[in-house]
Amino acid sequence: MPLFSARVLVSLRPSVLDPAGEATRAAAARLGVDGVSKLRIGKAVEVELDAPDEQSARAQLELLSDRLLANPVIENWTLELKDDSSAGA
Amino acid sequence: MSLGVVVFPGSNCDRDVQWAAEGCLGIKTRFLWHEERDLSGLDAVVIPGGFSYGDYLRCGAIARFAPVLQEVAAFAERGGRVLGICNGFQVLTEMGLLPGALTRNQKLHFICEPTDLRVEPGPCSWLQGYTSGEVVNFPIAHGEGRYQADPELLKQLGDSGQVVLRYCNNPNGSVGDVAGLSNTQGNVLGLMPHPERACDPTTGGVDGRRLLASLIG
Repeated sequence: MPLFSARVLVSLRPSVLDPAGEATRAAAARLGVDGVSKLRIGKAVEVELDAPDEQSARAQLELLSDRLLANPVIENWTLELKDDSSAGA
Repeated sequence: MSLGVVVFPGSNCDRDVQWAAEGCLGIKTRFLWHEERDLSGLDAVVIPGGFSYGDYLRCGAIARFAPVLQEVAAFAERGGRVLGICNGFQVLTEMGLLPGALTRNQKLHFICEPTDLRVEPGPCSWLQGYTSGEVVNFPIAHGEGRYQADPELLKQLGDSGQVVLRYCNNPNGSVGDVAGLSNTQGNVLGLMPHPERACDPTTGGVDGRRLLASLIG
């Protein structure tokens, strides 16, 4: 079965306060990096998945992202998918 | 009356609940290991505080898939009484038994202190021993207890009497000062404060006793 690799980016919804991001933004100023007007922290999840075809891989990864990796009440997610099977890995 | 107390790897308030229920109030309790599927003979289930499965990914996100919770969801659906305390509240929201989500405290600190709460009118059977508007004191102990819901949902929850406990002095930035929430039927309650730690006079106040005592009416 072809191997697909994906990266799922999970971010807090814009309306949700990110106190950890705010604390990090304050530290950026202490480092001397001024002018950081926005800093929000999310997660990047790397996934490798065997699936018969890209459509099926995408469906599985969307389920995974929406039902486990992110909580849609507070988070958004995006999916980057690539087919690794032809890379000769 | 028999009370089930769920135990995940990483639970740390399971024995506190047992002491409060059985030791202080004489309610028979039985631990339910996370792989257990048999809830027979139980009248109510508590999902206790702690760090279920290490709280990896998000608080309660992994616990949602525990075999015991499939049964707890069915139990709640049948009208069984379910109480989620602290991590248990986070688990109930991840399961979708209660709406909204719990997020990082506004000021990032883990907060461990006695907290005044106002009991709001609502259908919650767990709170039948309290009067509406009464102020009670339960300890809190959490880093991720900031309740989050969009304004429309928050209004709907308030209107339907599901916001059953509010902080008098909001410690964590929760929207609407929400400290505890019930489902529409009132048989499921989730709250961040710890009523089980307010049951034994040896260690402080006893405002939490009536919550567990509601089981023995």
